[in-house]
Amino acid sequence: MRIDWLHFTPWASTAGGILIGLATALLLLANGRVAGISGILGGLLRPARGDVAWRVAFIAGLFLAPIVWLTMRAMPPAQIDHSPALLAAGGLLVGIGTRFGSGCTSGHGVCGIARLSPRSLLATACFMAAGFVTVFVVRHVLGSAP
Amino acid sequence: MNVVTAFLAGLLFGAGLILSGMSNPAKVLAFLDVAGTWDPSLLFVMVGAIVIAALAFRFARTRVRPLFGSAIHVPGAGRIDMPLVLGSVTFGVGWGLVGYCPGPALTALAVGGRSTLLFVAAMVAGMAIFEVAERIRAGIGAHRGATRATTGPPGD
Repeated sequence: MRIDWLHFTPWASTAGGILIGLATALLLLANGRVAGISGILGGLLRPARGDVAWRVAFIAGLFLAPIVWLTMRAMPPAQIDHSPALLAAGGLLVGIGTRFGSGCTSGHGVCGIARLSPRSLLATACFMAAGFVTVFVVRHVLGSAP
Repeated sequence: MNVVTAFLAGLLFGAGLILSGMSNPAKVLAFLDVAGTWDPSLLFVMVGAIVIAALAFRFARTRVRPLFGSAIHVPGAGRIDMPLVLGSVTFGVGWGLVGYCPGPALTALAVGGRSTLLFVAAMVAGMAIFEVAERIRAGIGAHRGATRATTGPPGD
């Protein structure tokens, strides 16, 4: 294993993590809701009375964050050069998987681990392991670019 | 009022994803590439977020209700079952293929071009497929309104 010192951002990433934690704290203590993004988005596909507005508002905040960010400073670079087929396949797997697994990196990985939920600890181990294996296969077995 | 706080939480969450670098799929893939040149930044994001979130959940346990709302909806213990494991593995494969999980994908939507739009459209389609599968499994019409009972707690 070689560490990528050139792109490693310990301070910015810790600070960003703290912001994510504060957002989680705000949603929990103000609204009584867990900041699991897949659960918040997925819940809109099963609309219940009085349960829609806060979900739309949270997602609008996520959507507008880069636009507000750009009024103050430049966006960090984002590279994504996958084929349309790969993007569609990845999106489908993420959509189906996060709903069947009841959570994603935010719901299980942050909120669940913060509560020491055994379900979330296992789920996080599963999606991390699957991510490591997938990237290993794509990059080092198949030798593909992304 | 809870709409305003939800919006602010979303904005803050998105800013955290941008500042941490996680809205860039290449950076996430660099974390998942342990056999290549490994970028451990995502670990620092998780530690920062988990420490603050743990304090918030601990404090929430001393509260009966949130500031704006009637109850604090924290998932119960729940069962460790096959949907949890298979769903998480499926998610991990998709995450490893592209480098986007749901939060960063939604945050990058406005600036990420057609690639991000296609990914988010496919992700929502995947979630819709889950809804249809759930309704079929629960029996259409038989248990209307109680479809959730067979799976884990919502919002986990």
